[in-house]
Amino acid sequence: MKHIISLLMENEAGALSRVAGLFSARAYNIESLTVAPTEDATLSRMTIVTSGSDEVIEQIIKQLNKLVDVVKVLDLNDGRYIERELMLVKVKATGALREEMKRISDIFRGRIIDVADGSYTIELTGSGSKLDAFLEALDKTVILETVRTGASGIGRGDRILKV
Amino acid sequence: MDDSNQQKVGQISGAEIIMRCLQEENVKFVFGYPGGAVLHIYDALFKQKHFKHILVRHEQAAVHAADAFSRATGEVGVALVTSGPGATNAVTGIATAYMDSIPMVVISGQVPTAAIGMDAFQEVDMVGVTRPCVKHNFLIKDVHDIAITLKKAFYIAASGRPGPVVVDIPKDITAEFAEFDYPKSVEMRSYTPVTKGHSGQIKKAVKILLEAKRPMIYTGGGLVLGDASNELVKLARTLDYPVTNTLMGLGGYPATDKQYVGMLGMHGTYEANNAMQDCDVLLAVGARFDDRVVGNPDHFLSVPRTIIHIDVDPSSISKRVKVDVPIVGHVQSVLGEMNELLAAETKKPDASALKSWWAKIDGWRAKNTSSYDGSSSSIIKPQYVIEKLCEVTKGDAFVTSDVGQHQMWAAQYYKFDKPRRWINSGGLGTMGVGLPYAMGCQLAYPDAQVACVTGEGSIQMNIQELSTCKQFHLPIKVILLNNRYLGMVRQWQEFFYENRYSESYMDSLPDFVKLAESYGHVGMNIEKPGDVEGALQDAFAMKDKFVFMNFMTDQKENVFPMVPNGKGLSEMILGSDPNANDAVDEMEG
Repeated sequence: MKHIISLLMENEAGALSRVAGLFSARAYNIESLTVAPTEDATLSRMTIVTSGSDEVIEQIIKQLNKLVDVVKVLDLNDGRYIERELMLVKVKATGALREEMKRISDIFRGRIIDVADGSYTIELTGSGSKLDAFLEALDKTVILETVRTGASGIGRGDRILKV
Repeated sequence: MDDSNQQKVGQISGAEIIMRCLQEENVKFVFGYPGGAVLHIYDALFKQKHFKHILVRHEQAAVHAADAFSRATGEVGVALVTSGPGATNAVTGIATAYMDSIPMVVISGQVPTAAIGMDAFQEVDMVGVTRPCVKHNFLIKDVHDIAITLKKAFYIAASGRPGPVVVDIPKDITAEFAEFDYPKSVEMRSYTPVTKGHSGQIKKAVKILLEAKRPMIYTGGGLVLGDASNELVKLARTLDYPVTNTLMGLGGYPATDKQYVGMLGMHGTYEANNAMQDCDVLLAVGARFDDRVVGNPDHFLSVPRTIIHIDVDPSSISKRVKVDVPIVGHVQSVLGEMNELLAAETKKPDASALKSWWAKIDGWRAKNTSSYDGSSSSIIKPQYVIEKLCEVTKGDAFVTSDVGQHQMWAAQYYKFDKPRRWINSGGLGTMGVGLPYAMGCQLAYPDAQVACVTGEGSIQMNIQELSTCKQFHLPIKVILLNNRYLGMVRQWQEFFYENRYSESYMDSLPDFVKLAESYGHVGMNIEKPGDVEGALQDAFAMKDKFVFMNFMTDQKENVFPMVPNGKGLSEMILGSDPNANDAVDEMEG
């Protein structure tokens, strides 16, 4: 089952490689991993999307906690949460496609952020599955380039991951 | 960093700060090898008198010796190596310590800060190379960070589940100046190891233990590292329950005690493995149910039993085998609390159930699976050498071993009554550790008997240390069980590869006696069973000599019992079975 794991870690050089190294060394799945500093510059917040049986997820959480630089780990799937991902898609926009792309973008509440002679760049945020759905709605041949940030996640309401 | 290269009043160099940190940590020995990137450090080392530097002949041996010093004493071992090849040579030693959770600080030199990433001479990304095999590592980038970083390194290495910590220090940092201020303690918000176990879980565990019909206590290296032998002995004797130790846990419970059923696992005793499989309540202490211990986990779990697991590392719990009552905490503290609860408890173990359980265990014991055919007057059996070694040293030596058949025989036939006496590479299985391990033990305990049980394959992997032993007058006794084969490889090839002995024969061996003598040591060849005991007595009587004993042993002896890879604990092949080899074939089928 897919899990979104959030963690706070010391914003030290090499901290990211410790997490990435752990996943490869122990052969855990990793779908996406995003990391950036928080409002407290000494801390980085990381969101990892992974999948595995309950036992594997339990081990992943334990192994992450064992890393000396990791301050806190939270499996967002243990409660209610929001997941968001940003995607930039460059699509063909010539002839009839120019109107068609604009319409599909609007349906998915995307924004066209760059307009060129033959292409649009569409910005889209949402859950991973919404972004997947958008890509599926497009004809493969019109997609020139796709960039996705990987998911960020946060607990709903009072669920707060903070030091 | 501003003007750190100008010395001001009250300031000392980074290299001197390192020396002061080691002094503050009461380090007695630093095992190391100099080189370009650590020249400032070695210059500072030259001027200090607080610890002794042991110059090895290869960095791998420095780390192994520091590791053994820690295993024998419980203190943090310290090694010092230069950048690049010095650092990579240390990696096997670091990985060995990591797998067995040995607290160690390894200081490695690094090229100057400005040269990092330039493919400089003797540059390697040590923090990157060691990341998967350390508890933690640091690259120091500022002379002012040396003291706090080393303080953290020692703290991390020794606390929680112990392990090696690498501190990589660029050369320029060791030449800059700063004031020395060693913190008394260190707090890290990201690292807060658990000590006390959950009292509710401990109460629950005691209740389950008292209700057991077929109880079993299984302890590992964590019991030894956690210095909890006394607490375990008290608990086991109060309950009169059987105890088994893992390879890493030998000596955690006295081997000569009647409640001890021997080592378990791939080469465990018949009684230990069967009791492990057949018990209804299992208390696991500082052990991790690894593949060499419980064999196939599905087979192990095919029998219902309640498992209580005490370990300081939460990630060791329910990793391979799901447990029912996890207790995360320091084993000494948790066992201590269990003993207090038992003392206050009016309920006693079920005496009649326990009686029939012991009767069943005694039935397994009666198979006497550690017997071997020692009738030959011309061929030395390796098991016999270990039995005699145990007798001659009165079971009180520090025994180090390398990896292979000799390691298993040493584990099976030497009766360890005390913890920290059996020093071997259990997790990583590193050939070549034996001699440097013996060095670490002998330096820690200069007057103790130290025996290195080895094979002719393993000993040659760090044979250069004969020179270190000469320099520091270490009266180690090498017990070489020389069967002219890489015995464990040969045994598996015999069983599982239809006797195709691919590259497992050790041809062109040196004359070990002459080799030892060339280093100023004493060498002995022992070729007949009748000479074994006398030779051992002669060797151990030479209290100030390093003695290299080359025992020419049976070439085709195998280690039994054996649980073939991937099989269950009760699916053992016994040596007494005349068709042992056929039995293996059949199981492999």
